[in-house]
Amino acid sequence: MNKITERLYNGIIKENPTFVLMLGMCPTLAVTTSAVNGLGMGLSSTVVLALSNLIISALRNIIPDRVRMPAFIVVVASFVTIVQFLVQGFVPSLYASLGIYIPLIVVNCIILGRAESYASKNPPIPSLFDGIGMGLGFTMSLTIIGLVREILGAGQAFGKQILPLADSAAGKAGYTPISIFILAPGAFFVLSLLVAVMNIVRKNAELKGKPLPAPQGCLGEGCTGCSFAASCTGKTPVIATEEAKTADDNKKEE
Amino acid sequence: MKTLLIILISSSIVNNVVLSQFLGLCPFLGVSKKTETAAGMGGAVIFVITIASFVTSIIYKFILGPTGLDYLQTIVFILVIAALVQFVEMFLRKNVPSLYKSLGVFLPLITTNCAVLGVALNNVSDGYNVLQSVVNGFATAVGFTIAIVIMAGIREKIEYNDIPGPFKGSAIVLVTAGLMAMAFFGFSGVI
Repeated sequence: MNKITERLYNGIIKENPTFVLMLGMCPTLAVTTSAVNGLGMGLSSTVVLALSNLIISALRNIIPDRVRMPAFIVVVASFVTIVQFLVQGFVPSLYASLGIYIPLIVVNCIILGRAESYASKNPPIPSLFDGIGMGLGFTMSLTIIGLVREILGAGQAFGKQILPLADSAAGKAGYTPISIFILAPGAFFVLSLLVAVMNIVRKNAELKGKPLPAPQGCLGEGCTGCSFAASCTGKTPVIATEEAKTADDNKKEE
Repeated sequence: MKTLLIILISSSIVNNVVLSQFLGLCPFLGVSKKTETAAGMGGAVIFVITIASFVTSIIYKFILGPTGLDYLQTIVFILVIAALVQFVEMFLRKNVPSLYKSLGVFLPLITTNCAVLGVALNNVSDGYNVLQSVVNGFATAVGFTIAIVIMAGIREKIEYNDIPGPFKGSAIVLVTAGLMAMAFFGFSGVI
């Protein structure tokens, strides 16, 4: 039991995929135009994450090491297809607003990252709860970011008007929505503020002697933190030393 | 011809793949420190996405569509793309070493780039035929190249500026991306 709560706590707070590990930035930016969209995307990803972790962990001794990436991708893609049909059938309005970002859950680095770093090394039940914890952490972050953008950009929360809008024609004072926050540029601004705040939090945690886990995604150290680094057969350029490495490769070929 | 031109402009500039659809964000943030590297990445993306749109749209039109298996598109596309990138890499290394030298290092990075899968899925959902898919793929990748090269140019200048502590690193890059997205927003009236 202890292991399960530890996994849930780890995913939701300690290694929160969006705030701490900085993974899955594509969907984070794209679907958080409202809290409901963030919640829907988060829950869809949670289902995929939990089930694919469970299956991959159960198959971890059968899948040969060399073909594990394609095998993981097939498992993940199957669950994504199932979730896509469920959302399309039961919540058509959500399906319409999320569009191609539902099938794109396949390439979300959180899912393959967890498969590679946790599920392929641990037994099924902890892996299932690792997926649920990570998924709920992702859902929570997306909902919070979506809520902030929705309140600033439209004065609404979960689709309900919470800040009365100004109406200059009727001479009514009220909130003037900063609509850029629900448009594409707003997504970048909100994320940059989030990264800046997390930089401060990270620094304080380090001063206290309890450093947070390092960011792993594309916002971390180039491609070294990428969960696909292993599948790149060692040819991934580390951006800083890229030219030196290319020169080495050229020498080897000659 | 007119539709092709509209696809070309709308996919490359108006609905820019990075700045308005948020696809391919990882290479956009990770490989944009130097202009030459960024241009190399752009070239590799143009190459891969154009071929991938051609192959996936042929598979969809002639295999998945007629047999009623179109619900398998996500699984089939991601596997085809992953295999295709590996194949392109091997082919270039054996047969066109000069091109491999300039693009080769970037190819493994593109395998799981969401822009490639995103374009393939967009081609299907927009109902494009094979030619339109290829043009759409090419234009999307050109849009990516435009965005990443501009970003790299700006980042080379930012290096010498005095940036507030917490914004150092990726935060200032995201602010820049936001400003670029605002600029590209101005194109939305074109079509």
